[in-house]
Amino acid sequence: MDIDYIVAHIPMFGKAAFLTISLALAGILLSLLIGLACALVRYFRVPLLHRLIAAYIELSRNTPLMIQLFFLYYGLTRVGIMLEGVTCAIVGLAFLGGGYMAEAIRSGLDAVGRVQIESGLSIGLSRLQLIRYVVLPQAMAVAVPAIAANTIFLIKETSVFSIIALPDLMYVAKDLMKEGNSNESNFMLVVSYLVLILPVSLFFTRLERRMRRAGLGH
Amino acid sequence: MAQHVLEIRNLHKSFGEREVIHGLDLDVRKGEVVVVIGPSGCGKSTLLRCINGLEPIQQGEIFLNGKSITSGKIKWNLVRQQIGMVFQSYDLFPHMNVMENILLGPLKAQGRRREEVEAEAEALLARVGLLDRKDSFPSQLSGGQKQRVAIVRALCMKPEMMLFDEVTASLDPEMVREVLDVILGLADEGMTMMIVTHEMAFAKAVADRVIFMDGGVVVESARPEVFFETPQTERARKFLNTFQFREVRHCLDEDDEDCLP
Ligand SMILES: Nc1ncnc2c1ncn2[C@@H]1O[C@H](COP(=O)(O)OP(=O)(O)OP(=O)(O)O)[C@@H](O)[C@H]1O
Ligand SMILES: [Mg+2]
Repeated sequence: MDIDYIVAHIPMFGKAAFLTISLALAGILLSLLIGLACALVRYFRVPLLHRLIAAYIELSRNTPLMIQLFFLYYGLTRVGIMLEGVTCAIVGLAFLGGGYMAEAIRSGLDAVGRVQIESGLSIGLSRLQLIRYVVLPQAMAVAVPAIAANTIFLIKETSVFSIIALPDLMYVAKDLMKEGNSNESNFMLVVSYLVLILPVSLFFTRLERRMRRAGLGH
Repeated sequence: MAQHVLEIRNLHKSFGEREVIHGLDLDVRKGEVVVVIGPSGCGKSTLLRCINGLEPIQQGEIFLNGKSITSGKIKWNLVRQQIGMVFQSYDLFPHMNVMENILLGPLKAQGRRREEVEAEAEALLARVGLLDRKDSFPSQLSGGQKQRVAIVRALCMKPEMMLFDEVTASLDPEMVREVLDVILGLADEGMTMMIVTHEMAFAKAVADRVIFMDGGVVVESARPEVFFETPQTERARKFLNTFQFREVRHCLDEDDEDCLP
């Protein structure tokens, strides 16, 4: 392995890693919001809307991100909608992640017992107050492990962004491989993803431990 | 005539096709302690849950302080602020400490001032002997302590009346007393209460009136000394007999000679 080659390309990988993690972060935050909204709609069985959401969740979870991106990036141009690569990447990731996060949060909501809801109601809380102060904090605590798994899964999924010509980690590495230094770029690619994902994984492990100590979650 | 806090007229409650309360009437005076007893499944919990709006009713009417809480457009969260309820299962919010559990209702639902409510909460906690646990989380409390906090949480809303549904049924025997003492104290202060319990000695001690329910109706309603000494119906006698048997069995289990009558 050519150490000098690796050192020389660190800035390049750094830049690509920055793009990858920025897109991932934006997509994941959005997917959490979408997931929360969808989970609440399903939890309250909002008429009509909850069937629509069920369909969305199936669609997002059962189609590959690559296909979703192709549709956004190439498919939509057919009907005159041109999205930038960055937009496609974030929207695509949020579309995929929204379905996964919705299921994670819903399992958390389902874990909040009926007695909790009834005691919240019996101290006179309104529906909204009940959700905000009693149900969601407990549901999110239960959902943390699933949210953690989804987050890491979504960061890894960003490796398909290169197909819509975004200069992310995968794209840069593939580029260099074409020049012939495939061992080095492979190595750097693995290390880059590790450097991105390890802190996230560590963060969630500590969060879970803290929740457990507070008697929350499972 | 004393004012009625609660009036129930011809209450019918069904779960699906099955009716479990068949036209029940009941009045509760201000300051009165009504103990509801009856065999398992006779509708005691359901009755309390209807009063608190946790179960929709099919027919009849319930009045709180003369105002109907079952017809027209009801703001249940406002009604529930006037009716405190404590359940059998420990129902504290596990993600909040004792003080936060107590403050949630008064601050968020009633919009009262924190300093005022906190002072009240501390006084109530001191009364039930738990002031030193105000920063503890529910998972750090015993069952009896949790139930006492649950009672304080309901009291801090300054309710018109309190409903207790077998609040000692899941407690270890040595913790039953500390919870029942709190309720006895409330009775002395004149709190209006409806209490569902299987503790017959406690029922005798606390009740102004005993309601015996069976099969979704009130079968007997009498002062405790009358009801326990001279029950009028065969059903009530049978029910009370099972308890005497249980008490005798308990004495035998304990192997305590003095215990037997
Ligand atoms: N959510 C429900 N759905 C269907 N049936 C119910 C429901 N809740 C209660 N019931 C039925 O209604 C009847 C009355 O139940 P309830 O819980 O009020 O009895 P209870 O007198 O409180 O009994 P226990 O002493 O065992 O607590 C029972 O036959 C029960 O099976
Ligand atoms: Mg019951």
